[in-house]
Amino acid sequence: MTTVTDPPKASFQLSQLIYDTRYRSYTFQFIALMLLIALMAYLGANLVRNLAEQGQNIAFGFLYEPSGYDINQRPIEYDSQSTHLRASIVGVLNTLIVAFLGCITATIFGVTAGILRLSPNWLVRKLMAFYVEAFRNVPVLIWILIIFTIMTAVLPAPSAFRGDDPDSSMLFDAFAFTNRGVYTPAPIWGPGSVVVVLTFLASVFGVFYYRRYATKLLYDTGKLLPMGWPSLVILFVPTILIYFILGQPIGLEYPELKGFNFGGGIHIRGSLIALWFALAIYTGAFIAENVRAGIQAVSKGQTEAAASLGMRPRRIMNLVILPQALRVIIPPLISQYLNLTKNSSLAIAVGYMDVTGTLGGITLNQTGRAIECVLMLMLFYLTISLAISAVMNVYNNAIKLKER
Amino acid sequence: MSDNQISFVRKHMLPEAPPPVAATGVVKWLRENLFSSPANSLLTVVSLYVVIQIVFSAAPWFLNGIWDSPSLSACREILDGKVGGCFAVLSERWNQLLFGFKYPSELYWRPGLAFILLFVAGAPLLFYQIFPRKMLIFTGLYPFIAYWLIWGGSILVPVFALLGVLLGAFVYKRTVGASAGMAVIAGFVAALIFWILSGFVSGPMENVLAIEPVNSRDMGGFMINLMLGVVCVSLSVPFGIVLALGRQSSMPIIKWICVVFIEFIRGVPLITLLFVANVVLAYFLPPGTTFDLILRVIIMITMFASAYIAEVIRGGLAALPRGQYEAADSLGLDYAQAMQLIILPQALKISIPGIVNVAVGLFKDTTLVSVISMFDIVGMIRGPILASAEWNGVYWELFGFAALLFFITCYGISQYSQWLERQLQTDHR
Repeated sequence: MTTVTDPPKASFQLSQLIYDTRYRSYTFQFIALMLLIALMAYLGANLVRNLAEQGQNIAFGFLYEPSGYDINQRPIEYDSQSTHLRASIVGVLNTLIVAFLGCITATIFGVTAGILRLSPNWLVRKLMAFYVEAFRNVPVLIWILIIFTIMTAVLPAPSAFRGDDPDSSMLFDAFAFTNRGVYTPAPIWGPGSVVVVLTFLASVFGVFYYRRYATKLLYDTGKLLPMGWPSLVILFVPTILIYFILGQPIGLEYPELKGFNFGGGIHIRGSLIALWFALAIYTGAFIAENVRAGIQAVSKGQTEAAASLGMRPRRIMNLVILPQALRVIIPPLISQYLNLTKNSSLAIAVGYMDVTGTLGGITLNQTGRAIECVLMLMLFYLTISLAISAVMNVYNNAIKLKER
Repeated sequence: MSDNQISFVRKHMLPEAPPPVAATGVVKWLRENLFSSPANSLLTVVSLYVVIQIVFSAAPWFLNGIWDSPSLSACREILDGKVGGCFAVLSERWNQLLFGFKYPSELYWRPGLAFILLFVAGAPLLFYQIFPRKMLIFTGLYPFIAYWLIWGGSILVPVFALLGVLLGAFVYKRTVGASAGMAVIAGFVAALIFWILSGFVSGPMENVLAIEPVNSRDMGGFMINLMLGVVCVSLSVPFGIVLALGRQSSMPIIKWICVVFIEFIRGVPLITLLFVANVVLAYFLPPGTTFDLILRVIIMITMFASAYIAEVIRGGLAALPRGQYEAADSLGLDYAQAMQLIILPQALKISIPGIVNVAVGLFKDTTLVSVISMFDIVGMIRGPILASAEWNGVYWELFGFAALLFFITCYGISQYSQWLERQLQTDHR
C-alpha cells in the first residue's frame, strides 16, 4: 500500500504558492484580503478627501439639535422643537406600527386565500388564484399608490358630511371615511376599567389552562371533554359580567364633525391605511402561496392513514395535516414578515412618516448628513432582519425532524 | 321440452342506457365543483354575486371609455355625465409613458429597435431547443448594440468594451488550468487595463461613426424599468454564482467576505441602497468624478439582486448530494472543471424557480427608483402627467395601465419558468 506523505519542508519553493493546491488557498486568500483592504483604503481615502474639500466631518451631534419639522402621526410626545433623535424614534415606532398591523392583516388574508385555493369549489379556487396572481405580479408601490388614491381622491371631504341632507354619512354613526383619513370611535378608560382588562387577561389564561387540562384528561383516562364552546364561555362570560357589574367603566368616544373637520375618536390617516392595506394584500398573496404549498407538501398517505384510523376530517386537519404543514409554512412566513417590514420603507412615497421618512427623508435633507443618516437607517433595518433570522434559526432547530 | 317453455331469454345485449342527467356533463360538473354541500353552495352564490357586481360596475367604464381627447375636461364633456374611463391619456401620453418626457422624439426608433432586438437576442437563450446555437453570437453582441442604440455616441465605446470582455475571457481561458480563482482575477484585471487604455483612444475620437448621443437624464418611462430589469438580472446571475460559490468555499476569509456581503444586502431595504446610490456614493469616489445616476442605480440594484440570487443558488448547491462532488473528484477534475461540468448545471437547474422569483421581484422593484426622483413609469405618472393641467385627476387609467404592463411581463416570465422546469425535468415521474 502506498501512502502519500508530505514532501519535506526544506524543498518548499515559491512556485508552490501557485501550483500546489495545499498552499494555493493561502495565496488566494491573501490576495483577496489585500484587494479588499486596498478597496476599503481607496474608498476611505476618497471619503476623507471629499469631506475635507466640503468642510464636513462625520459626527452624530446633529441628532441632539432641534428638528424643526412636524410629524403628523406621533405615537410619543413630539413637536418641532424636539431633537432629530426623537424624530427618528417616532419614525421607528411608526415603522413598527405599520409592520405589526400589516403582518397580522397579511396573515389573515394569506391563510384565508391559501386554504380557499385548495377548496373543492371551482369558482372560489379560481377567484383566489386570480387574487394571488394579480397581486404577486404587480409592484407593491403601484398598489400603495392605488389605495392611497382611493383614500385621498375618491373618498368625500369632511364637508360632505355637513348639513341636514349630507352627501355622505357615517357608517353606524361611528366610522367616518373621509379624504383626510378614517375616524373611528376611541375607548375611554373610566375608573375600574383596569379590573375589566385584568379579568379578560385572566380568562385568556383560563382558556389555555382548560384546554391543557382537557388534553391531559384525554390522554390519561380517554375521557373527551368538549373544547369549543367552553373555551368561548371562559373567554367572554366573566369579562362581560364584570363589565356590567362595575357599571360599564369603558365607554366609547365617537368622532363628531367639528368645524371643518372631525374631532374625537381615533384618526387613522389615509397614508397609514394605504400603506397598511397595500402591504397586507400584497404580502398576503405571497403567504397564500406558502400556505398552499405547505398543505400540499404533506403527502396524501398521511390523510389516508389518519382516515383509516377512523379520524374525522376536522381532526385529520388539526392533528395530522396542520402540525406537519406548519413545519413547512412557518419559515417562509417569517421571511415574508421580514419582507413586509422592509417594504414598509415605501412609506416615503405616500408621506407616511416612518423611519425612512424622518431619518432618511427630512432629517437627511435638513442637516445634509447623508452618510450618517443612511448608515443609521441601514443599521436599524439590519438589526431587525438579523434579530428575526436569529429567532428563526432557533425555531428551525427546535422543530427540525429528528431523524435516526 | 321445447324452447317455448322458457318464457323469455334475451338473445342480444340491450343498448347502453345514458347515465342519469345528474351524473354527467354540465350538471355533474356543477354538482361536484360548485354545489357539493350547502356551505359550498353558499360560497358559490356569494362569490358569483361579487363577480357579477364587479363586472357590471366595471363594464360601462371600459365600454364608454374615451380614447381620443386632448384633456380630462374635454373627456368629461364628451362623456356627459356617463360613467366611463378616459383612456385618451394613454394615447395622448403614450410616448411619455414609454420613453419619458425628455427623450428626443425623432430618436424613439432607437430604443424601439433595441427592444425588438432584445427578443432576437433572448430567443436562443430562452428557447434553445428551437433556435440555432449560432444565434448566441448575436446574444453576446446584443448588450453592446443596445447600449449604442439607446445612449448613442461613438461606436468605439461599445466596441472597446466588447474587446475588453473578449480579452478578459481569453486570459481566463489561458490561465484557468492553473487556478480557477486566479484566472477570474487575471481575466478581470486584463479587461480593466484594456478599458483604461482604450479610454485614451476613444476619448479624443468621439466622432467616429457617432450617432446622436442621449443623456441618461433624458431617459424615462417604462424603458427605464425594462433597462434596469434586464441589465441587473443578467449581471446579477454571474455575480450571484460567484458569491454562492464563495460562501460554500473552504477558505475562511473568502467565505466570510461573501457571508457579510450577502447578509448585509439582504438585511436592508432596496430604498436605502438607492439612497446610497443617490446621495452617499459620490462621497466614496474620487473628487470631481461625475457618475451617471442610472449607472449608480444599476450598480446598487445589481448588488442587491446578486445577494438574493446567491442565496437561491446556494440552496441549489446544498441540495446536490455529496456523491456528485465526490464523483467529480474521483474523476480527477479540478475545481473549475467540476463546477462547470457537474455541479453548476445541476445546481442551476434546481435553482431556476428561485432565480425567476428573484428576477420577477427585482423587475417589480425597479419602480422604486421613482422615489429617488427618476422618471420611470411610476415617476412619469406621478410627476409630469398627473401634475399637468390637462390630466390632473386621471388616476385609474394610468395606474391601471402601469399595473397591466407589469402584470403581463411578470406573469409571462413566471409561466415561462414553469414551462422550462417541465422541459428540464429529467427524472422519471
